[in-house]
Amino acid sequence: MKYMLMFAGSEDYFETFRSFPEHVQKAALARVDEWSKDNTAAGRLLGGHRLQPTSTATTVRLQHGQDGMPNGKALVTDGPFIDAKERIGGYVIIDVPDLDAAIAMAKSWPAGGTVEIRPLADL
Amino acid sequence: MRRLGDFDLAEESVQEAVIEALEHWPRDGVPERPDAWLAAVARRKALDRIRRNARYREKVALIEAQPMETNVEPDDRLRLMFVCCHPALSRDVQVALTLRAVVGLTTAEIARALLSSEPAIAQRIVRAKRKIVDAGISFRLPDDSELVERLDHLMAVIYLLFNEGYLTTGGPQASRRDLADDAEWLAALLTRLLPTQPEPLGLLALIRLHLARAPARFDGAGDLVLFEDQDRSLWDRTAIVSAIKLIERAASFGRPGPYQVQAAIGALYAEAPSWQETDWMQALLLYELLVRLDPSPVARLNRAIALERVAGADEALIAVDELSADLNTYHLFHATRGRLLEQLGRGDEAASAYRAALELTSNPAERALLQRRLSK
Repeated sequence: MKYMLMFAGSEDYFETFRSFPEHVQKAALARVDEWSKDNTAAGRLLGGHRLQPTSTATTVRLQHGQDGMPNGKALVTDGPFIDAKERIGGYVIIDVPDLDAAIAMAKSWPAGGTVEIRPLADL
Repeated sequence: MRRLGDFDLAEESVQEAVIEALEHWPRDGVPERPDAWLAAVARRKALDRIRRNARYREKVALIEAQPMETNVEPDDRLRLMFVCCHPALSRDVQVALTLRAVVGLTTAEIARALLSSEPAIAQRIVRAKRKIVDAGISFRLPDDSELVERLDHLMAVIYLLFNEGYLTTGGPQASRRDLADDAEWLAALLTRLLPTQPEPLGLLALIRLHLARAPARFDGAGDLVLFEDQDRSLWDRTAIVSAIKLIERAASFGRPGPYQVQAAIGALYAEAPSWQETDWMQALLLYELLVRLDPSPVARLNRAIALERVAGADEALIAVDELSADLNTYHLFHATRGRLLEQLGRGDEAASAYRAALELTSNPAERALLQRRLSK
């Protein structure tokens, strides 16, 4: 089954990370890299990315007509679409047998923070 | 990989067929063989009766005495319990699913037991099944590395069920007593399915000790009797002895846990000839151990009760007040404070603590007790 793991953290979480000396940050990123390599080699990790901070986000809110369908208009605004306490710092797509395996992978994520697991559905 | 399909019990399709029949008969007319429908309904009802009777204590004892079966059936039961109590499901859902799929209650019975409505419970179960399928929760046993944590969830659900049923025993919803029996049955089943785990034995012993004291919990007028005022001759000595045997069996594993320690505390109380003659120092030591294993505010609140006997009400009140941030919405926190303040002669403060407790509980028996204390 395919899932998306979304890695989130509070502002505090990201600030704490940025406050670490450079070699500590590098070591942490190296652990993430190792995690990615191990899981890719095991066939569990299909891909993923780190995301630029939410300060770089742009939200496009499509307008809907009376029939409930998009009417071609859109509202473009600065910032992320939700004003949450935690924000998403990256994601991966994984392919594992079941939710327990996905939870185990999330638990092994070396960077801490919060991980949301969402099963993928076809587009 | 086994999924939901396995635990959609055959009886459920029967139930659905009946509902369908009820909807269609008025429109399409009664089918050629309505007796087949009735037979299906009757069979189901009979099964329910057998199942409920089987939950009574003698049967439980019988089951326990049997050697561990080696066929696959117990494993399936255990898998089912773990799926129902999967941490990816909310606690409400875990409780309803366990009652439905493991205990075998109908949606109506669950609604009655949980003081909810049948459509609400039905919807909760449908949503749960959808989550199980869509999120990919497998019908499998947790890995060894996960077992202890997953077992904690399972036991928490059983103990919650027990408390739901036990605390209302003797109240207007006397039928909820069944829930306490169901919880005992589940705990007994768990000890049998996981014979190398000591905590389920502790949980079962704890439940048995509570049940042993049940006959003394209410007086002739149906009022709740405080533990210290209970007529100990009404306690079920046989059940207490059986619980102590369970504790000893658990202790032989040398892996203490919160349920074992709570059961040990319960046994200590049960063995004392009177409230006053309880070995309070021993009780306090056990509570210390409990707080170390389970540093929850509720465990610390219970420790304060033993502390009062050993060190006095003022010491205990200090310990209780430290918990105010965590337990401000817990009625027994305020009730305990009330007791301690009362002992210290601070009547006005005691009264306001009792009033705070009253606002936080809807349990009729507990409310009546608090009102009696307030009127003193």
